[in-house]
Amino acid sequence: MKPLLELQNVSYAYHSKSGETYALTDISFQVQRGEFIAVTGPSGCGKSTLLSLISGLLAPESGTILYEGQEKTKPDGKIGYMLQKDHLFEWRTIYGNVTLGLEIQHSLDEAARQRVDRMLKEYGLYRFRDARPSELSGGMRQRAALIRTLAPGPELLLLDEPFSALDFQTRLSVCDDVSQILKKEKKTALLVTHDLSEAVSMADRILVLTKRPARIHSVVEPEFAQEGLTPLERRNTPEFKNYFNLLWKELNAYGN
Amino acid sequence: MGTKLSVTQQNYLRGLKRRQCRIQIARVLIFAVFLALWETAVRLRWIDGFIFSSPSRVAHTFAAMWRDGSIFVHTGATLSETLISFALVVLIGIGAAVLLWYSPELSEILEPYLVVLNSLPKSALAPLLIVWLGANRKSIIVAGISVAVFGTVMNLYTGFREMDPDKIRLIYTLQGTKRDVLWKVILPGTVPLLLSVMKVNIGLCLVGVVIGEFIGARQGLGYLIIYGSQVFKLDWVIMSIVVLCVIAMGLYGILGLIERRCMRA
Repeated sequence: MKPLLELQNVSYAYHSKSGETYALTDISFQVQRGEFIAVTGPSGCGKSTLLSLISGLLAPESGTILYEGQEKTKPDGKIGYMLQKDHLFEWRTIYGNVTLGLEIQHSLDEAARQRVDRMLKEYGLYRFRDARPSELSGGMRQRAALIRTLAPGPELLLLDEPFSALDFQTRLSVCDDVSQILKKEKKTALLVTHDLSEAVSMADRILVLTKRPARIHSVVEPEFAQEGLTPLERRNTPEFKNYFNLLWKELNAYGN
Repeated sequence: MGTKLSVTQQNYLRGLKRRQCRIQIARVLIFAVFLALWETAVRLRWIDGFIFSSPSRVAHTFAAMWRDGSIFVHTGATLSETLISFALVVLIGIGAAVLLWYSPELSEILEPYLVVLNSLPKSALAPLLIVWLGANRKSIIVAGISVAVFGTVMNLYTGFREMDPDKIRLIYTLQGTKRDVLWKVILPGTVPLLLSVMKVNIGLCLVGVVIGEFIGARQGLGYLIIYGSQVFKLDWVIMSIVVLCVIAMGLYGILGLIERRCMRA
């Protein structure tokens, strides 16, 4: 099967007056449709840069990024990108916020409205559609941000540490929510996180990056005796600890 | 809230109300004492009423000018010039700030000019304007604009630039363009800034208009002040200043009201 996303020898460097900083070197991997990939690595290793490249916000200096076998030149509706913070606009209602992407893409038609309404209902935000973001809890805001990302109907979702701004308890439940929503909407996802337990609890495959300039250090595919576990359930399995320790060792194999 | 408040909470609220009351009374008292002292000083000839005027003389002058309608002419002239220049300042200010935001290179090129023009005392320009544009309302309005416009552009542009870069990134991740960033993030996100800038600038416009009227007008409160001081009708001067105070307070109050209304919505 042709992969949904394929990176071939992608490298990227930031340029400034005082010199250039190599962020990524020679990154190659594939993402199959329906997969949940986590990318982890030491902080500041270029994980977010990777997502910017895939989304088309940045262009690679060398190498190619193929989406369904085609090279992408600029962002389009097929890739959704969820940032670290929810960035809901206080001057818009929740409904105004979740339809922002559709509005920008001029695709806020009846079908889109129904899709948004369905998601708002399903994920417990319909009551709050006319509320302001400040009236919502952290977890609800994050769900609203996810609906905003999903509303234009992307196939691939890029998640840039979307839970890092939440407190631990909220984080666990939002993590569960998001993973179930993504499964239900049948999305392919690429999650960037520095939280190893988050990576193990959510991903089918985990890419471990080295320090900057980042290369792929290793790939871990966590397998659980039981299939289809939610992130929270995974955390309670005996395998969870083993994979966590394995990742920990991988991350510390270099660096020190 | 149907629940009964606790005694301590009630006491706290009562204390709060009393404090507010004290502040109000003190404010009014200061004004009343000032007026009474002024009037007494003139009546008892501690100071010369011919030079210092007095509350009663101001009131008489005001009443007389109300009857012959001249107060409306002068106040109307100053007020309309101020409002016109304020409207133009807002339009030019937003327009120029957007332009600078669109082109960072342009803004870098123009920055020293803006700094110089902003710190230049604009009253120095007024005589020039009169010569160039003639002693008419046009130059007075331009004088009003000149005082406020550079600061407005700089404040708004700085505000635009301070917008959270991640919010801008969000628009790009949703396939937006720079135009979308402007309309969906920058402009709606800086409404509070715009309102506070406007609140300052309406006063500045009034300053500019009065300066303009000093040198090139046949009507308006600025003209009345200059003319009054030249013919030693100091009642006119003081009354004009009082009316200017009221106008300044009124305009500021209206904008404050709009600000509160907008912030609540």
